[in-house]
Amino acid sequence: MSTPTYQLSQLQSLEAEGIHIIREVAAEFERPVMLFSGGKDSAVMLWLARRAFTPAPIPFPVMHVDTGHNFPEVLEYRDRVVDMLGLRLVVASVQESIDAGRVTELPGQHSSRNQLQTEALLLGITQNRFDAAFGGARRDEEKARAKERVFSFRDEFGQWDPKIQRPELWSLYNGRHHAGEHIRVFPLSNWTESDVWHYIEHAEVPLPPIYFAHQRQCFRRGDMWMAVGPWTSPRPHEQVETVTVRYRTVGDMTVTGAVESTATAVADIIVEVSASRLTERGATRADDRTSEASMEDRKREGYF
Amino acid sequence: MELLRLATAGSVDDGKSTLIGRLLYDSKSIFEDQYAAIEDASRRRGEDAPNLALLTDGLRAEREQGITIDVAYRYFATPKRAFILADTPGHPQYTRNMVTGASTANLALVLVDARNGIVEQSRRHAFLATLLRVPHLVLCVNKMDLVDYDQGVFDSIKEEFEQFASRLDIGDLTSVPVSALNGDNVVTRSGNMPWYEGSALLHHLEEVYIASDRNLTDVRFPVQYVIRPRKDSHHDYRGYAGTVAAGVIKVGDEVEVLPSGLGTSISAIDTPNGPVEEAYPPMSVCVRLSEDVDISRGDMICRPHNQPTMSQTMDATLCWMADQPLQPGRRYAIKHTTRWSRAVVRTLHYRVDVNTMHREEGVESLRRNDIGRVTLRMTQPLFVDEYRRNRTTGGFILVDEGTNQTVAAGMITEAS
Ligand SMILES: Nc1nc2c(ncn2[C@@H]2O[C@H](COP(=O)(O)OP(=O)(O)OP(=O)(O)O)[C@@H](O)[C@H]2O)c(=O)[nH]1
Ligand SMILES: [Mg+2]
Repeated sequence: MSTPTYQLSQLQSLEAEGIHIIREVAAEFERPVMLFSGGKDSAVMLWLARRAFTPAPIPFPVMHVDTGHNFPEVLEYRDRVVDMLGLRLVVASVQESIDAGRVTELPGQHSSRNQLQTEALLLGITQNRFDAAFGGARRDEEKARAKERVFSFRDEFGQWDPKIQRPELWSLYNGRHHAGEHIRVFPLSNWTESDVWHYIEHAEVPLPPIYFAHQRQCFRRGDMWMAVGPWTSPRPHEQVETVTVRYRTVGDMTVTGAVESTATAVADIIVEVSASRLTERGATRADDRTSEASMEDRKREGYF
Repeated sequence: MELLRLATAGSVDDGKSTLIGRLLYDSKSIFEDQYAAIEDASRRRGEDAPNLALLTDGLRAEREQGITIDVAYRYFATPKRAFILADTPGHPQYTRNMVTGASTANLALVLVDARNGIVEQSRRHAFLATLLRVPHLVLCVNKMDLVDYDQGVFDSIKEEFEQFASRLDIGDLTSVPVSALNGDNVVTRSGNMPWYEGSALLHHLEEVYIASDRNLTDVRFPVQYVIRPRKDSHHDYRGYAGTVAAGVIKVGDEVEVLPSGLGTSISAIDTPNGPVEEAYPPMSVCVRLSEDVDISRGDMICRPHNQPTMSQTMDATLCWMADQPLQPGRRYAIKHTTRWSRAVVRTLHYRVDVNTMHREEGVESLRRNDIGRVTLRMTQPLFVDEYRRNRTTGGFILVDEGTNQTVAAGMITEAS
């Protein structure tokens, strides 16, 4: 017999770190909530939470910030998972914010509700008096995210100030805050897209079907395939074709593009992701291309 | 695959971000759209070539000022290892962000500009890295292209650094001459420095032996959260969740629970992937015990004859990080493992002059970025070890109870 090495693999280390973070929040906060978009990152985060408390149920609700422009498959998936895990679901609705006149939707085809999510998210947090909100954001996604702490302090307006972040030593997280302020917590901070897929394979995390190759009516806009749907239709010169595609990220239907792919299983996706020369956001998200600092600006205002 | 966490260190403009960018670029870890974005940003800034530092300097303010302000984390993997890179700022004002990045690192890259040699901030960062007990240090003498790749320059900086290092407690030190800008000795050995016989930086990062850096001897399990399902299916389940801080715990082990001192044994260890026979750092597990003892968050499970010191007084090195100076006698919140308490600095023994390592006695306060030795008195006992034996049970943070800011990092030198 060989002597044990007592060494965790990279994926096991990340899983252990994520679970530690989730338990720390459950222990120290009064009203935590986990943001659940139905995307792969939030699915993995939810699975970590499930594993963190098993055999007990997850001790906090989940919140979906609903843009009203959802992929139907994702909504169906959301409800299935919530049901399966016996969770309480809070929906923060962008449509309600629009109807109540708290935000104004810009007219035109390019208008996206992505920006408007911040208002609904912050309202959901205040109305429910949540003091911690878990997000599935990863530092490898974007250069402003790469700068954010695991426990990220938000002031009473939900704002992030990158110039005065709290020092974060070892795994001693400081979640102290005054009433009305809250902490965003990112258990997947140190995960890459490839780690997420390896974990989905290893832990058999269920996902919405749109992550896998399927046939869809699409048109080319810029360098992205956009699906024909209730909120996105081709302009006169844009040809509609049936394409075999999948989604690398799941967001608002109006800004999320598909990629051509024949990957029908997680193992195929792992191969595809490791060969890709584009980041997932670069490949599929129109909303991040507005300006050099668009993510930083949105995050300062309270975005995910 | 094994994971190595590394952090950069060194003075402002010595080339830390450029080096990280070069490591990522030459190891083909940059995506096309990321590269296109920095090409574009560099062009708009009027720079001739893509500035690799922009891969980590992602904040608007950083790009405006051309310096790093806060830590950026980047990830890459080679067939041998996965890496988490923390690129930290050199500017003295942001030293606390360097401390944040270095606190979890297995290895620190200390950069020095070959033209300027070792400056105060290089010493401060090297000192901080050793205080935090980053087990491996690599001195990167950078910008060798600006000194004609001269061996004499490298040798004299290396010698001066080694002399300084001999006064610090450094486990493992390696020196590499590099040009982050041109890529010499970063991912591949450079033809410009045939006199250098060591390996390229990346090769060293892939090979450095880190498995023995952990403490597998002294069992320390701070209880983080109690799991009680209260469901019919698991009516009697009661598990103590936490992260193994040190040692190897096994099913059947006799254990003692602090502060009660009650003895019992481990009946099961549950992990996210099912039950196991043994667990080790940094696994997140859930421990079940054979007796029903009263345990809550903040308690510590250990072995009967190997226990941390349970104490209300301790000596520690403080690294002060707040704009408001330390006020001896004032009460701060303290977080140590999974326990919050309150602490007062009873005595400020001295401040360390990072240039000379001289102890300045008789100081009244510690200001931002000062490092000093103190005696702390807590409102309740903590279960502590010396930081040199255990980074988890030996480290703590102080928090200002008014502003909720983290004001200091502490490393326990002695409990009494
Ligand atoms: N000639 C030459 N210039 C370099 C080299 N490495 C970095 N530089 C330049 O030095 C300047 C500072 O580089 P950075 O990488 O931003 O320095 P830094 O250490 O990250 O600085 P801070 O993060 O602000 O502490 C930039 O203009 C770089 O292009 C090198 O090897 N040779
Ligand atoms: Mg820098």
